[in-house]
Amino acid sequence: MRVGVITFPGSLDERDAQRAVRLAGGTPVALWHGAHDLEGVEAIILPGGFSYGDYLRAGSIASHAPIMAEVIDAAHKGMPVLGICNGFQMLAEARLVPGAHGRNDCGTFVRRDQKLIVENNTTAWTKDFTQGEEIIIPLKNADGRFVADADTIKRIEDNGQVTFRYVGMNPNGSLDDIAGVSNEAGNVVGLMPHPEHAVEPGFGPDTAQAMRSGLDGLKFFTSVIQSTLLAKA
Amino acid sequence: MPTIVVEVMPKAEILDPQGKAVAGALTRLGHNQFSGVRIGKRFELTVDGPVTAETLAAAKTIAEDILSNSVIEDVVSISEAK
Repeated sequence: MRVGVITFPGSLDERDAQRAVRLAGGTPVALWHGAHDLEGVEAIILPGGFSYGDYLRAGSIASHAPIMAEVIDAAHKGMPVLGICNGFQMLAEARLVPGAHGRNDCGTFVRRDQKLIVENNTTAWTKDFTQGEEIIIPLKNADGRFVADADTIKRIEDNGQVTFRYVGMNPNGSLDDIAGVSNEAGNVVGLMPHPEHAVEPGFGPDTAQAMRSGLDGLKFFTSVIQSTLLAKA
Repeated sequence: MPTIVVEVMPKAEILDPQGKAVAGALTRLGHNQFSGVRIGKRFELTVDGPVTAETLAAAKTIAEDILSNSVIEDVVSISEAK
């Protein structure tokens, strides 16, 4: 399965995302923000980083990049799209997922191995998790505070569009401890923490068993490959 | 050069950590007469030729669609710079 990873000016984690796709059994395809071509991919990842230096608002300028026209069109037609950190901010700015992001309430950049609960395991990117599963994946951001008006929060809570919630502590002041959300259809998911940094022994978060052995991020990528295979079958 | 000024502020109910940090610094510096600070953005859009109803309408469109995010911000003014 071909999974596109789009590089924007200022993207940082596109190669980690490509590697995660490969480790999950997929074929990563490097896509370029300035092209109008998805090169026949079956899923898309918007990676983390600081596109355009977070100027204007985090993710806002990238959300208007040429390739985003194709991404938005494909997302509306049901193609799985995952936005990680800056990619989540792009999805929100492009109105593909609800809400928006503000500066962390603590005022500083936060980097930690973060515990999350999987609140919805029916999305294209979460099918390999069990409902309510607790996972640990790295978080690193400055503008991670998820914000939406009260009506939107109620709607996404009622619809099961809150995909992940922070557990134990809320690192950035996000409303309702929301760490990730999906669109109504569940093919588009955005989250602040970085699953692509927890896919390979020796490079993931610490676990009780061994240092840097956490692989909880891998299931994001195996989920999308599985769900696409199932859709074809 | 004719210029249109667009001002954007975080919505009143949205936490503004930047403003809060500045307010804290002012208090530490002894400027206790200011009870709060909120920080917004000012955009200066230069226009080739005069500012017309049409350019103001175009400025309004981009102010709402690109310069601000209505989930977290309000466009508080759009005017020709004097």
